[in-house]
Amino acid sequence: MAEIILTACKETFIMVAASTALAVILGFIPAIILTVTASDGLKPNKAVYTILDLLVNIFRSFPFIILMVIIIPFTRAIAGKSYGVGAAIVPLTVSAIPFVARIIESALREVDQGVIEAAKSFGASNTQIIFKVMIKEAIPAIVSGITLTVISIIGYSAMGGAIGAGGLGDVAIRYGYQRYETDMMIATCVILIIFVQGLQALGNYLYSKLSN
Amino acid sequence: MIEITNVEKHFGDVQVLKDINIHINQGEIYGLIGHSGAGKSTLLRCINGLETYTGGSVKVKDREVKELNPRELREFRKDLGMIFQNFNLMSRKNVFDNIALPLEVWGADKTEIKEKVEKLLTLVGLSEKRNAKPSALSGGQKQRVAIARALALDPAILLCDEATSALDPKTTKDILSLLLKINEQMGITIVIVTHQMEVIKEVCQRVALIDGGKIRAEGKPGDIFLSPDTHLKKFLGADEEDEFYPEEGINIRLYFPSASSENQVITKMAKELSIDFSIIGGKLEKFRHEILGSLIINIEERDKEAVTAYLEKKAILWEVLKN
Ligand SMILES: Nc1ncnc2c1ncn2[C@@H]1O[C@H](COP(=O)(O)OP(=O)(O)O)[C@@H](O)[C@H]1O
Ligand SMILES: [Mg+2]
Repeated sequence: MAEIILTACKETFIMVAASTALAVILGFIPAIILTVTASDGLKPNKAVYTILDLLVNIFRSFPFIILMVIIIPFTRAIAGKSYGVGAAIVPLTVSAIPFVARIIESALREVDQGVIEAAKSFGASNTQIIFKVMIKEAIPAIVSGITLTVISIIGYSAMGGAIGAGGLGDVAIRYGYQRYETDMMIATCVILIIFVQGLQALGNYLYSKLSN
Repeated sequence: MIEITNVEKHFGDVQVLKDINIHINQGEIYGLIGHSGAGKSTLLRCINGLETYTGGSVKVKDREVKELNPRELREFRKDLGMIFQNFNLMSRKNVFDNIALPLEVWGADKTEIKEKVEKLLTLVGLSEKRNAKPSALSGGQKQRVAIARALALDPAILLCDEATSALDPKTTKDILSLLLKINEQMGITIVIVTHQMEVIKEVCQRVALIDGGKIRAEGKPGDIFLSPDTHLKKFLGADEEDEFYPEEGINIRLYFPSASSENQVITKMAKELSIDFSIIGGKLEKFRHEILGSLIINIEERDKEAVTAYLEKKAILWEVLKN
């Protein structure tokens, strides 16, 4: 039993860590474009904003399990196969990108307009304003948003079992639910609770550490 | 230094600046006063191109602001520092790093930055607070940091948008004397936007009253506040209306260029004209370094001509008040 759970922990960890990292990196791009092209942004552009905004909403409204199935061809092209931990990372990342984009966008939008104005007044360029002012000021909010992302990816990764990626959620379903192995069910749930609690505590700690 | 000619500004259909004409000289401290919504900030922001204008011309050092391309505009802004009512400091940077930011943006190297920031910290009196975050500072200290940041690139002009409006009276005075020092020692031209009379009286050499997007009065603060026209009276809240004057005889208000001349003139007048009058009120006000005063006297109807002729001869401003 311990071995099963240990393997599952490892699988969950890999899936969550890899897809969070990828989603944050890839989510930054639409987030910045949305912030810059918004009507009160540095370079307002209604067409770009509207299209990107719509795309983000569309991707966010797919139930994860459906998204995972729809993008199987894409997953195969990227990961080389449509089965296993590596293959689960692709849909997890794809579903987290729009989520991350929204979180970073709203963090950037919360940056005080006055501070941006001050930066303009001494001649900072738009790129400098984004990277040296807005992102710097928004770091605490971005960090707490990423905490939220990690936790929700852990939840989605439970469905990884459907494409043979394993993980804690998969163990809970296969052993705990389908085979009535209650102790397995309890063990995985406790581990998941500890994970989530720990992450949230870490996120809160970083937030308060960074914001003053 | 700054020449604003026939400037107009529309936000959509709403016109917020109408035919503005102002010339600000090098080394001057110029005030723009008016109620909230009058268009002061908009006008100020036209000077450094944070706002565009829809008509007329704004020239700073002979360069038309709206003709600058984005690159030129950034370069141009190095010459104009700006401070704000809410300080607008970066909350996650300490005092030193906030002041260093403009230098960093313009690619100064580490030693250069250190040297410059140290100097500025001394200038604004915050050397001990260099590692503090803005959240640990008082309002006055935050504004000092903002001033240091605005001066980091050695601008020729400093624009102040309600820079003291969030501060208590004592702190306001301290910040104003810092601005005065900067103006006198470094020769920086300062444009101050405010709705506070005290600010204008304390530091401005010239002032324009803006109301409804128009310049309603312009001149030396002493002149325009001691003999306010109808627009200014309205701005000042028309407290004159409530004053009570004797119903007998004629009440005349005299304006004196300085307090010392006040007594002389009246005693001399009494002697030379050998008339009787009573003093029924007066006030002294401090403008920058000089004290100016006004005095209300009550004379008899028959002495009116002699008195007004005397005042004209002595070139003293006066007006007859309604009983
Ligand atoms: N970006 C804007 N869009 C539309 N109206 C604006 C904008 N900025 C200012 N205004 C309007 O212009 C007028 C002048 O504003 P402002 O220059 O801020 O006044 P002040 O600084 O004297 O209080 C106000 O009526 C204000 O509502
Ligand atoms: Mg204003």
